[in-house]
Amino acid sequence: MSGYDIHLENFEGPLDLLLHLIKKNEMDISDIPIAAITAQYLGILDAMKTLNLDIAGEFLLMAATLLHIKSKMLLPRSYEDEAEEEEEDPRAELVRRLLEYQKYKDVSETLEAGPMLGRDLFARAAPEPEVLEEAETGFVAVGLFDLLAALRDVLEEKPEELVHEVNLEQLSVTDRINAILTELQGKESVAFLDLFSDGIRRSEVIVTFLALLELVKMRMVRFMQNTHHGTIWLFPSVPIDETEELEVGEDSLGYT
Amino acid sequence: MDIHDLIPLAEALIFAADGPIKAERMAEALDVPLADIREAIEALEVDYAERPRGFFLQDVAGGYQLRTRPEYADYLRKLGRSRPFRFSRPALESLAIIAYRQPVTRSEIEYLRGVDSGSVLKTLLEKRLVRILGKKDVPGKPMIYGTTREFLELFGLPDLSSLPTLSEFSELAPDTETEALMESLPLLVEGEENGRQETE
Repeated sequence: MSGYDIHLENFEGPLDLLLHLIKKNEMDISDIPIAAITAQYLGILDAMKTLNLDIAGEFLLMAATLLHIKSKMLLPRSYEDEAEEEEEDPRAELVRRLLEYQKYKDVSETLEAGPMLGRDLFARAAPEPEVLEEAETGFVAVGLFDLLAALRDVLEEKPEELVHEVNLEQLSVTDRINAILTELQGKESVAFLDLFSDGIRRSEVIVTFLALLELVKMRMVRFMQNTHHGTIWLFPSVPIDETEELEVGEDSLGYT
Repeated sequence: MDIHDLIPLAEALIFAADGPIKAERMAEALDVPLADIREAIEALEVDYAERPRGFFLQDVAGGYQLRTRPEYADYLRKLGRSRPFRFSRPALESLAIIAYRQPVTRSEIEYLRGVDSGSVLKTLLEKRLVRILGKKDVPGKPMIYGTTREFLELFGLPDLSSLPTLSEFSELAPDTETEALMESLPLLVEGEENGRQETE
């Protein structure tokens, strides 16, 4: 039992555990005694089971791989195969993976040990975003994560409605698209948050957001911001004609 | 413009920038040849290195930034300026794999690590250390990932080619870290280990 005093959660995964076993037993990685290591590996998994610990699927997959390699090594090599070409050692792929994993494990430790901004080195704090927003230039395109973060902020302000009534109210993405276009008429830009005015309901937030995504997809508008985490602005990418009603059917958008 | 006038000007730009500032951008702003800016930056670098200053000029993420000297880290941390940036081992491993193997798919990361890496990848994306580069043109069109400018800034790297070289192994080095970790934790066998830990 004492040979298996190992907490599985201390290991990142089966590769990490195998590397540990190889080092602990001072095994030669280029010639791993597969029977011995398989026995130890399975022993650890057994010990975990008796402690009623959940074993991640990856550890079980590796157990199967080890047993597969072991069985392959027990099989006598056929003479025909040998004549054709040198058969690869069944352990070769595993060894490659172990060495490769060790490389990244080591380099990640090197990176962690080096000076890190915000931990060992400090830079002057960036100016307040408000100051930056006054600048006319320097807009950057808004990425997916910024957009989703902005949506999350809006949604957090709107608590989930605990109502059990069935509302027959029709929320239409098309209507919202046209409302947003009306909002943009004659303006250079509209702030993302201004589209979610106070009192708007959670379901309306979603419909508005879907409408915005549709507009981006149709290349009618663009999202821009000054800095990461900065205010997101909506810019029309084409001049919006006052009389123009967008002719999109709800069906064509795929919302019902 | 005379180089002696340019040095303090370049310094002013670097000081006022809200992140690493590229030499090209400085040359454009000051309307001087790029070579002159490089000369001024070099002079500043030497100046900061020779004089007893609290900060130095770091060549990072393709630009230049003033950063405090690492030996003052303890004092600066006391100011509470630091967001505690603790990396978990899975996060660090995945980040290293992405940094060296980019563009890389999630399944490639998982094959290398031998474990599911979805949640770690999500954290790295949220921390903006990793970004989606696009989709790979293979069946299923998996996303491909790469590191960001923020990654270079965090580790103080001028560019990706300055990542530490990966060492090649034929044999394994002694596993000191894991041994230490195992000893410091209360294992299935209780006793001596705990005692030793308390006296440390």
